Amino acid sequence: MEFVSQNWIPGNFKSVPDTGRTVQIPSKLPEDIELSHDVVQHGWTPITTTTSVLGVVFESGVALAADTLTSYGSMACFQNNPRILTVNQNIIVAAAGEYSDYQFIRDVVEEKVRTEKSLNDGISMKPKALHTWLSRVLYNRRTKMKPLWSTFLVAGIQNDVPFLGEIDKLGTAFVDDQIASGYGAYLALPLMRKAIDEKREKFNSKLTKDEAVDLLKKCMEVLYYRDARSHDKYQIGIITKDSVEVQNLALKPRWEVAKLVQGYE
Amino acid sequence: MSSIGTGYDLSASQFSPDGRVFQVEYAFKAVENSGTAIALRGSDGVVFAVEKLVTSKLHEDSTGKRLFSVEDHIGMAVGGLTADASAILDVAREEARSYRQNYNMPISVKYLNERVSMYIHAHTLYSAIRPFGCAVIIGSYDPKDGPQMYMIDPAGVSFGYFGCAIGKAKQTAKTEIEKLNLKTMTCKELIKEAAKIIYMVHDELKDKQFELELSWVGSHTNGKHEEVSRDVFDDALKYAKASLDDDSGSDGE
Amino acid sequence: MSLLSHCGVQELQNSGIHDITKDEVSTGTTIIAAIYDGGVIIGADSRTTTGAYIANRVTDKLTKVCDNIYCCRSGSAADTQAITDIVAYYMDLTSVQMGEPPLVRAAANVFKNLIYENRHQLTAGVIVAGWDSRFGGQVYSINVSGTIVQQNISIGGSGSSYLYGFMDSQYKDGMSQQECENLVLNAISLAIKRDGSSGGVVRMGVINHTGSIQRKLVLGDQLPKFYDNIYEEKPLISSGGDATMA
Repeated sequence: MEFVSQNWIPGNFKSVPDTGRTVQIPSKLPEDIELSHDVVQHGWTPITTTTSVLGVVFESGVALAADTLTSYGSMACFQNNPRILTVNQNIIVAAAGEYSDYQFIRDVVEEKVRTEKSLNDGISMKPKALHTWLSRVLYNRRTKMKPLWSTFLVAGIQNDVPFLGEIDKLGTAFVDDQIASGYGAYLALPLMRKAIDEKREKFNSKLTKDEAVDLLKKCMEVLYYRDARSHDKYQIGIITKDSVEVQNLALKPRWEVAKLVQGYE
Repeated sequence: MSSIGTGYDLSASQFSPDGRVFQVEYAFKAVENSGTAIALRGSDGVVFAVEKLVTSKLHEDSTGKRLFSVEDHIGMAVGGLTADASAILDVAREEARSYRQNYNMPISVKYLNERVSMYIHAHTLYSAIRPFGCAVIIGSYDPKDGPQMYMIDPAGVSFGYFGCAIGKAKQTAKTEIEKLNLKTMTCKELIKEAAKIIYMVHDELKDKQFELELSWVGSHTNGKHEEVSRDVFDDALKYAKASLDDDSGSDGE
Repeated sequence: MSLLSHCGVQELQNSGIHDITKDEVSTGTTIIAAIYDGGVIIGADSRTTTGAYIANRVTDKLTKVCDNIYCCRSGSAADTQAITDIVAYYMDLTSVQMGEPPLVRAAANVFKNLIYENRHQLTAGVIVAGWDSRFGGQVYSINVSGTIVQQNISIGGSGSSYLYGFMDSQYKDGMSQQECENLVLNAISLAIKRDGSSGGVVRMGVINHTGSIQRKLVLGDQLPKFYDNIYEEKPLISSGGDATMA
């Protein structure tokens, strides 16, 4: 990775990782090639993609969910690609979008953690720091017209308080108690808000860990029914003050409703 | 050094008429002034032990450490000018990082040794720069290749070792290490011997205070280089002190 | 293996930009790599096309990176050849530096770095396969976007679309060399039958502890035969002296 210093551009507060070479757009083209117009491509489409990620804060921690499918267009290309990353004892991260960009960020973050570990000063990265760092990286890259086509959820515990934040490919960053990206924002987020609100209204408390995990399982099931890029195998990452775990799970979908349907009227 | 002052010792880029590079030899002297550091390669790993001299009572405990991790799986013990050593440590870490980025694999200690040796050697060739006044020992454990250990001196020369020592008392330490049957011993046995050797070679008259540093990497640490636990440290310390008392007793001091 | 079909000359001159939504990315090839119990089998068809024209009907798409590592190339021939040459050079260098044959994982990662960092100028999908003493037989697939995934079996190129179901149903862990060779041969033959951009002969290679590839060649007229799906009109059963019909 090169840490390239260059002319100031918005968001360029600190060195952020770049992918080696920069795209060379020739300023002068050979005269024999007549171009009708100067075209600069601003951004591009993802190729190997993953779908929604979900995150929910519960009383003592945060839980994330994401399936393990990487699609190639509509083809279910890689069916066992995990995208929940255990950064350290304080942070887990989940990603959605272009899988190669996730792999890139994963490698950089793992390198950060290794560097930090070798300092051996007992200090380790905290979720707010990673959330901010990721927001700078993604914002910086979109400002260079070379976005990393990813959405990241950062979850962890900071000062004994659960933390959940999102950063999207434009560098938009925010913090909330329940976050869902992609189709999850349409299908899962209302369910998550409903569950959290009901618990607060009835018991004036937050979800328990088990309730949060069950909620995510329910959301993953709904997404499986209605998101054509989803998959029945998924992971749930759970982080609390004194534990980090990533579970491998498989959905048990219910299709009984099909028996009630015959014909189309 | 009889030829001091003959004018051939001012630059690392000039030989003396008898084929020596004095600047490099002086760099060796810098290492010989430092506290002793030893490393032992056993059947299941490598142990490191350092006599960290404490030059002032005003220093905080456990500052100025001389045992480091290059990466998770590689330990490094240093002797000589510690600022030079930490520059070498940085170079080693960068080498390991770039290897991992290129090949998605942890660097082998054999290759790391070659790269760091070359770097140190390159600093013995030019008049504009000074050789590194430090020597480093690197060691690691791998299930396939077993334990491995290398020592690099200020000239950039390196060898693989079963046991090695740098610093003030390296001669005495080496004599002690040679008495051990290294190839058959485990890390758990060696850590005690290492502590004992550091205590044995420490010169109480010249250097009053010192701190013992112990670390290891082996099959029992899952190939990770780490400082030994408090229990292991205390056991080793007890063993070291007990055997010293025995020795002094039999000598009739 | 298509040279120009994926980026029409006209379009290229208009914008100089390759839009993957407008054309198929990995064109005109069927490539496979699969692990068996002692190593890895690689296989490919032999067709190289320029548009619909077959520029080469006996291409060798199994390209050597070093003695124990090969790659199967798909996408632009120029891009993948250039990348493979670079990786081959790197691996040659590292085998001297390390004093041992390069690891498959290392080669695959160098491929990935080159493809990921230049993904917007390249059309390159490769499968890297080989054997090393540390990890045995391995297969890594690296696609046009620079995603790298280690797999037991990987298929690539335009012909692979016709093979996913077949491979899922036929591939098993711990296959013998013979079983695996048959599977690869059958798969490429099937793809050749359905994919207009794949064709010719089937080239295969076996890489294992021997340290060098064992190559196999099955000519185009000797490929295994499968169901043709040709409808044969059945003759009407003559009913003889059926009075009512008459």
